[in-house]
Amino acid sequence: MQTPKSLFEKVWEAHAVRKLKNGQTQLLIGTHLIHEVTSPQAFGMLRDLGLRVAMPQRTFATVDHIVPTDQRTEPFSDPLADQMIKALRKNCAEHGITYFDLGSGKQGIVHMVGPEQGITQPGSTIACGDSHTSTHGAFGAIALGIGTSQVRDVLATQTMALSPLKVRRIEVTGRLRPGVYAKDVILHIIRTLGVNGGTGYAYEYAGEVFDRFSMDERMTVCNMSIEGGARVGYVNPDETTFEYLKGRPYAPKGADWDRAVAHWRSVASDPGCAYDDVVVIRGEDIAPTITWGINPGQGISIEEAVPDPAHASSADERTSIGEALAYMKLEPGAPIRGTRIDVAFLGSCTNARLSDFQEVARYLPGHRVAPGVKAIAVPGSQLVSAVCAELGIDRVFREAGFEWREAGCSMCLAMNPDKLVGDQVCASSSNRNFKGRQGSPTGRTLLMSPLMVAAAAVTGAVADAREVFSLREAS
Amino acid sequence: MALEKISTITGRAVTVPGNDIDTDRIIPARFLKCVTFDALGEGLFADDRKAAEGQHPLDNPIYAGASILLGGANFGCGSSREHAPQAIKKFGFRAVVAESFAEIFFGNATNIGLACVNAARADIQTLSAAIAADPTLELTVDLAAQQIRFGERSVPLTMREAARDALINGRWDPIAELLEGSDAVGNTAAGLPYVSGW
Repeated sequence: MQTPKSLFEKVWEAHAVRKLKNGQTQLLIGTHLIHEVTSPQAFGMLRDLGLRVAMPQRTFATVDHIVPTDQRTEPFSDPLADQMIKALRKNCAEHGITYFDLGSGKQGIVHMVGPEQGITQPGSTIACGDSHTSTHGAFGAIALGIGTSQVRDVLATQTMALSPLKVRRIEVTGRLRPGVYAKDVILHIIRTLGVNGGTGYAYEYAGEVFDRFSMDERMTVCNMSIEGGARVGYVNPDETTFEYLKGRPYAPKGADWDRAVAHWRSVASDPGCAYDDVVVIRGEDIAPTITWGINPGQGISIEEAVPDPAHASSADERTSIGEALAYMKLEPGAPIRGTRIDVAFLGSCTNARLSDFQEVARYLPGHRVAPGVKAIAVPGSQLVSAVCAELGIDRVFREAGFEWREAGCSMCLAMNPDKLVGDQVCASSSNRNFKGRQGSPTGRTLLMSPLMVAAAAVTGAVADAREVFSLREAS
Repeated sequence: MALEKISTITGRAVTVPGNDIDTDRIIPARFLKCVTFDALGEGLFADDRKAAEGQHPLDNPIYAGASILLGGANFGCGSSREHAPQAIKKFGFRAVVAESFAEIFFGNATNIGLACVNAARADIQTLSAAIAADPTLELTVDLAAQQIRFGERSVPLTMREAARDALINGRWDPIAELLEGSDAVGNTAAGLPYVSGW
């Protein structure tokens, strides 16, 4: 009998082309996703070297970071953004790359478009010039965020140079309590293991909670693997995965489908395979979690208070708490609940999928966005936007006082016109709370689940969504 | 295309203190609106420097021209934007010495020939104290000897072997070697049904 292997090992071995002189592996990248921000320089490098795209049929593009979410007519008012979208169009046309443009009805955040189109598949390797490429790991793919020189490498050779990773299995057992979501699970994991806890690792997420999770929920967790320092995160493929993919435009069809499913089943980690590390977390121990500081590991439950540097466990922690409190203008030891907010942002590749808007729309009727709060809801893709319109979800948001926008990355990183102003506080369903992340050098971000964003939007302050929307323990 | 063999980097140094320095701080997203990397140097730590109102170490004239940057733990965490190491390099740095680096940043930096070496916290503090006492002090980051020399003293450095090998032997940009493997790539692709057909 063969030694049991993890999904990571199997996928790595199937894609390893050869060893390079420095000991790294030349790894085949089966699916390359590109967007307007990190690809134009790579195409420029390709031109300088006189090279062509090796596998245009395995390269897919969309536009997401710089697109306005309100006024979409071109040319865009920002000439730099306009130059970037034009460069992407030209590069895709020149190299024969499939491009989901604004007029396609399929445009969206690249990490939503891949899954929606069925391009993201189990057992594959995926690379994209964006760190949140880890999202695609939800399907049992090894999905790597890469830099622009590597985008060039993948364009030119469909491969990249990489050293293997260790694998840490993170099991979340039992059940989540009502009002606790996938976002809370990953914020809890990062809080527990630290923002650099995953350095050198691939995270394999498993356990009953992940078995029950939908693909949307698995994507939310895998998305933020990078915030925990892990290069990739994945969930072993199962029936939920196959059910999601069936019938998608790029999913295998007919007899191919059965062959594909059999193959996908075989790439899942074998029972009894070795891991470099195993962490077990009880689902019941996870509370609605929210960040108070300037990195995603600075999180607490909604019931907790902001930490006090005086009680820090080390000099380092004292410094980092002090720096974060000064930037966030929060009082040490004050409850996080009740912190006033100015902006509520529901969007990003972490939480702008259909189920995110559906869940909030269940509870929003009868509530209004608090006076003085700017609340924006930004579907991650045109497909999500279309389904929300069909189901009347957009109307629920509008009636509650949210601005309902067009698909894009929007205020997650504010490369488009959606930005915080001054030191505004934003309740955000996105993934990063770094200094200046949301477009104002003094802007302040509190990361939380979509329903917690809604609770903050309607009360004007950080609030417990379970109370605001009367969620009860199931009897 | 012969690449420079990067074995030693000698120059003055400047400390940018703090752990978890993320790539949004190194190069804020608004500077990413570009189709080439040429002008990125001016965006390096732009918001931190503005907030420091001239007091940021990079704006201190006594450190002007430094080619070695000293940092803390988890340097370069966050986004995969290569713009971050590009901005550091365009600003004039050729090496970063830190306690640890975030994974993607480290790979991106190596691929463009920016040496990222690890040193122990106490040793980085020693180096920082030495350059604070004498900003004209030259450090030598010696990848071959795996040490950082300054004056009569030295501290050890560590670096992932694949990266150290790549820099010292002038193969830090992997494109030439990757291109040589195109036949092998075809063979691997043929064994992958999602690439070559079910």
